[in-house]
Amino acid sequence: MPVHRPLDRSYLQQLEAEAIHIFREAAAAFRNPVVLYSIGKDSSVLLHLALKAFHPAKPPFAVLHVDTTWKFREMIAFRDRRLAELGLDLQVHVNRDGLARGIGPLSHGAAVHTDIMKTEALKQALDLRGFDGAIGGARRDEEASRAKERIFSLRSASHRWDPRRQRPELWHNYNGRLAPGESMRVFPLSNWTELDVWTYIEQERIPVVPLYFAAVRPIVERDGLLIMADDERLTLRSGERIEQRRVRFRTLGCYPLTGAIESSADTVPAIIAELTASRTSERQGRAIDHGHGGSMERKKHEGYF
Amino acid sequence: MAAASAGTPAARRGEQSDMLRFITCGSVDDGKSTLIGRLLFDAKVIPEDHLAAAPRSDHAGPAADGMPDLAQLIDGLQAEREQGITIDVGYRFFATAQRRFIVADTPGHEQYTRNMATGASTADLAIILVDARKGVLRQTYRHSAIVALMGVRTIVLAVNKMDLVGNAKGRFDEIVAAYGEIADKLGLASVTAIPLSALQGDNVAIASTAMPWYGGPTLLHHLETVSTASATAQPFRFPVQWINRDASGFRGYAGTVLGAGVAAGEEIVVLPSGRRGHVDRIVTWEGDLLRADAGQAVTLTLAEPIDIARGDMIASPQQSPILADQFAAHLVWMDETPMLPGRPYLMQLGTATVGATVSELKHVLDVESGMQKAAKQLVLNDIGFANFSLDRPMPFDAYEENRETGSFILIDRLDNATVGAGMIRFPLRRASNLTWQDFTVDKKARAALKGQRPAVLWFTGLSGAGKSTIADGVERRLHALGRHTYTLDGDNVRHGLNRDLGFTDADRVENIRRVVETARLFADAGLIVLVSFISPFRAERQLARDRVGAEEFLEIFVDTSLAECERRDPKGLYRKARAGQLANFTGIDSAYEPPAHPELHLRTPDHSVEQATDLILDALRRRGIID
Repeated sequence: MPVHRPLDRSYLQQLEAEAIHIFREAAAAFRNPVVLYSIGKDSSVLLHLALKAFHPAKPPFAVLHVDTTWKFREMIAFRDRRLAELGLDLQVHVNRDGLARGIGPLSHGAAVHTDIMKTEALKQALDLRGFDGAIGGARRDEEASRAKERIFSLRSASHRWDPRRQRPELWHNYNGRLAPGESMRVFPLSNWTELDVWTYIEQERIPVVPLYFAAVRPIVERDGLLIMADDERLTLRSGERIEQRRVRFRTLGCYPLTGAIESSADTVPAIIAELTASRTSERQGRAIDHGHGGSMERKKHEGYF
Repeated sequence: MAAASAGTPAARRGEQSDMLRFITCGSVDDGKSTLIGRLLFDAKVIPEDHLAAAPRSDHAGPAADGMPDLAQLIDGLQAEREQGITIDVGYRFFATAQRRFIVADTPGHEQYTRNMATGASTADLAIILVDARKGVLRQTYRHSAIVALMGVRTIVLAVNKMDLVGNAKGRFDEIVAAYGEIADKLGLASVTAIPLSALQGDNVAIASTAMPWYGGPTLLHHLETVSTASATAQPFRFPVQWINRDASGFRGYAGTVLGAGVAAGEEIVVLPSGRRGHVDRIVTWEGDLLRADAGQAVTLTLAEPIDIARGDMIASPQQSPILADQFAAHLVWMDETPMLPGRPYLMQLGTATVGATVSELKHVLDVESGMQKAAKQLVLNDIGFANFSLDRPMPFDAYEENRETGSFILIDRLDNATVGAGMIRFPLRRASNLTWQDFTVDKKARAALKGQRPAVLWFTGLSGAGKSTIADGVERRLHALGRHTYTLDGDNVRHGLNRDLGFTDADRVENIRRVVETARLFADAGLIVLVSFISPFRAERQLARDRVGAEEFLEIFVDTSLAECERRDPKGLYRKARAGQLANFTGIDSAYEPPAHPELHLRTPDHSVEQATDLILDALRRRGIID
């Protein structure tokens, strides 16, 4: 039955159409493309857009999750439930070598853990499975160096990003050509903001991990972050104690590295209202971003998403 | 003439859009990053933790006290913060109650013109920034010319640093008058001038009390309300991105609607085939639509079974696009390696990829004076006007009619870099008057009569490497075997066919292009052709391979060290080149790019002429060229 959609938020429709266009270009450009699924809200939007772009067929992509083994348990449960509902095949990659060496955020710190269990693991997975196009949910508004990144962003055979050798990107004409060994990262949500993502989640009724909604959770205050005691691996230091606090998460990553915010926003409209009033950045709670200047940029050079 | 906007679909439909894409252009120190920083700061979209992390401003002034350095909030890359400059185009986002904005922040330095073209390619509006103290500069003309060339027709002239000229109306009026001349010359009809101070925040988001003589809108208010809609809707276009098939036998064509919309049941034409049909369904995830408008990403099915591939265009049959294999276009060159006419490139035109060359470079545009200058090549950041020749007819529109179907990028065939961006101005119809004549006696028949398979043996290497000596040896052996051959030799051809060409890079490319075509004709006559040319550039050897066909082409690299070639110096040329009497000599002051994957790699003097000849004959046997 033909339908007409209301045109009240036309900029969201424009962002959606642009993302769908990018998905289709990626499908045509690469031999073996993959969607990098990180379980967060941006990934939820990404999968939703992929379904739309190729309807009625299934998206012609593999779906990959790089699991650091330190994600919130609710994230993993959501991942398995959601992918099964959508009928999509999920591939999970863990850096077995890192796991065998016992690498983790609590024992080795954020930098080493992220480098080995995330960046290295991602490179391993791309090499191992021969993916030449990796589609991710990164947005330009997240961080200063991301503002400068292309929608089709070239990586060398060693997965490095060279900001000085980026290809000019004009109109909606994306150059997806690769030399042997090179790969492309593709970012359909480049022009979306955090607020756009939530407004779209509301409009489209897209399911997200419940951790985004405020609830009473067991919280430890550590290094200025509100860390959730998600499992028994988080041991208390002297002077620390677990408090039941009403919090939610703005971004989701490895639980010992992801700070919660005190909030009572327990619905999508409440989150949108909170964001509209908020004056702090989305990634403020991410321990990994707070090194010296250019920290994210350096990680991106090395192949971080 | 109004350009169709590439930025926002509502603008393309001629409606007020709730999203505006704009670009800021200015020279170094005009305060571009400060202006964007100020817009974001006043629109209250800069997070507190980013403000806290930014260094304090070292500018004086009442409003700057304790303010973060606004420019530092914008420059994203470490190198940019260190050098205090903007290297690469960056995108910023903010929203007010009225509109959602996408800002392209582009560098003002001359060497980064390509980034400005990039930012302008999707912009609905351009802010041209002028320092009130310096007034209209040569760069101001350059920025305006690029923006006009890229089809942005709505301009804001932001006269910045008004606080440093005492907020004087007279100075503002002078600058507006000076800019008026530029706008007239470039055909920019819609210019709104606003006096402001990005550092102090005057007339950016908040009306200034320091300039009571100004009664116009603030910059932000203007951006919230300005209309960039084009006057006329353009005809329906639908470049096919992806053939959508599923297990149930569904077959649809995915793409984004450009120009006017399309409705179910409407007649369409598919190009380049020219087949006509009707839209059956407009499929989306939400359900089928009765019609789709500009900017919507949908999947069409057709009532008729028409063969359609990615790169084809579905279009209005009443106002169909131009179909041609030659056109004239403006080209912005974006690569360190110059553009040479005759050199083969890949062209991405919409969703199609074709082979293309510049057949004639008409002129280079001096964007600071508007003068047209003759040139043989384009270097980084040049803007040229050129004739293009494609390897097959493709559908397109003039850029001023449609920014998406009238534009293309050029890609280097070897390293895949995006090297140029083009705006099509008009088709050239010469090719349509020349049709290829098919003759009954063809290559196969001619070769069969000689009892052989044609081939092209391409010898490349430095002057004095031994190419001609080895080619001569091979030809004598083939002749003795009863094979029909012909040798094209670099020096010999330059005495006749290519007598008019010199040794610049541009002439070398044309030299090789002619030889490639001649070799093709001889191969078409059924001969085994030996080509002995320095042919220093990979791109031209790739052209030879593509034109001849890989199955009949053997690249033979006669690899002799420069020292050995210089020692032999059979024609005394190295001596002359070293003495400065011979310019552009390969190996001395002109590059030789060795083949990456030649069919044969002959290292002399490790191989004698006889051994080299044997190796080539063996290779021909393995290919089945000779028995």
